[in-house]
Amino acid sequence: MSAEDVGIIGAGIHPFGRHPGVTGLQMAAAAARAALADAGVSWQEIDFAAGGSDAAGNADTSVSMLGLTGVPFVNVRNGCATGGSALTMAHAMLRAGSADLALVVGFDKHPPGAFNPDPGDWGLGAWYGETGLMLTTQFFAMKIQRYMSEHGISSATLAEVAAKAFRNGALNPNAWRRKSLTAQEILASKMVNHPLTQFMFCSPGEGAAALVLARGARLRGSSRPPVLLRSVAFRTRRFGSFEVFSPSVAIESCPSPTAEAAAAAFEAAGIGPGDVDVAQVQDTESGAEIMHLAETGLCQHSEQEKLIASGATEIGGRLPVNTDGGCLANGEPIGASGLRQVHELVLQLRGDAGARQVPGRPTVGFAHVYGAPGVSACAVLSR
Amino acid sequence: MSGDSVTPIAAGLFTVADGPVRLIGSQCARCGTVAFPSQPSCPKCTSVDVTQRLLARRGTLWSWTIQCFPPKSPPYAVDDPGAFEPYGLGYIELPGEVRVEARLTEADPDRLRIGMPMELTLVPAPGGETQGVVTYAFRPVAEEPNHGGTG
Repeated sequence: MSAEDVGIIGAGIHPFGRHPGVTGLQMAAAAARAALADAGVSWQEIDFAAGGSDAAGNADTSVSMLGLTGVPFVNVRNGCATGGSALTMAHAMLRAGSADLALVVGFDKHPPGAFNPDPGDWGLGAWYGETGLMLTTQFFAMKIQRYMSEHGISSATLAEVAAKAFRNGALNPNAWRRKSLTAQEILASKMVNHPLTQFMFCSPGEGAAALVLARGARLRGSSRPPVLLRSVAFRTRRFGSFEVFSPSVAIESCPSPTAEAAAAAFEAAGIGPGDVDVAQVQDTESGAEIMHLAETGLCQHSEQEKLIASGATEIGGRLPVNTDGGCLANGEPIGASGLRQVHELVLQLRGDAGARQVPGRPTVGFAHVYGAPGVSACAVLSR
Repeated sequence: MSGDSVTPIAAGLFTVADGPVRLIGSQCARCGTVAFPSQPSCPKCTSVDVTQRLLARRGTLWSWTIQCFPPKSPPYAVDDPGAFEPYGLGYIELPGEVRVEARLTEADPDRLRIGMPMELTLVPAPGGETQGVVTYAFRPVAEEPNHGGTG
């Protein structure tokens, strides 16, 4: 362990799902307390904090539940990259020596049903929403529809990805969807946006996750098995990237924010995608997991059909993906998902993931989030 | 649908002034990038030297889906889930210009395929049917006869 190393010494989660009567801020405080207890440190010792939600309030309001300690706390509201952005800041503060112990927290609480954003908030005319184009599900459907035709992906593989998610979710006591579904049941469920059926999509939901990060003596002295945060990288879209809520898209194409964030994270870590033992990638719907596997470099484009059929992405496979059930089984509380992924990697690298533990003592983990309006954050962890 | 007695859903989106409907885009004078809807700066090179450009009426279907559930209102114009009918939407690649997102006149998935030729048209805007409010859409057109690759 070098003086520059940043590690994760505590991880906490509030179960994902629906929690009537519990506010997002209460879930955030519960996750933060769990992370602090796991790390064996007190809230008073934290000297930097960052976190946020998309729709459930300002994260620093939760400090009034944890205690008013004067800690510098940055509120983050950065779409699906909220957790990744908070992690990026905490990592940079620790690397710079500006803090020794940091807490990051992500949480959210969304009503049932698809998101219904205001076009004006996205720089679009009201006509875009009035005519029925303002739905994130449409974007994901059209992206995978095109991808399937170019890279030989079948609807059966879309269903297999969702079946794996629910299988893994059934092993995760903190997951929302804990009932296994067969690929046939998933294919036969209600069509939402061709080619994606109801059970191929995640649902907006509720939940919270938090981590305690440390450097120097606080890291070396931790009683928890060391899990190093080797890198974290965050990118936004370039011109030519196909993104949600786009009335037009350039004909010329460019690397996606996912591809750029993943490449930057691997380079900074000095670890390649081939070294990854367990990965969590954004699976807003089952096609997203398939596309993101290749965009992050974890496999080649057009390789996924065979890769998934071979069982490689299962918990016992060569490259286990979304071992906690991903967004499909946990739902999508926007601010919480990115840190849920890292929470899962910490458990897997410690060997504490219980019934869903990846066999063979994994040493390298990778996390990827992606979301509107074209943002991605990736992290590489190792033990 | 003629352009005589219709009200566009938004100003500056399309025009019926000179005959058949045309989408109003913009083109960068510096790098040539075409955008839709028209915008005052170039999304690629950031130049503010952009001019209005009427886009091609024909293109090919780049990707598509069917909207099978009623969108929430707002922002959708109609708040009547019981009366909802699925509709198609997609991106149409206008050669040498840009890929435009649009509603499609076709909602049958078996009659849509990537690469099929499409043409711009007008359709009643959701909720605006009785007031003559229209929006743009693309409809499938018959394949051009194959002249042995010469045309």
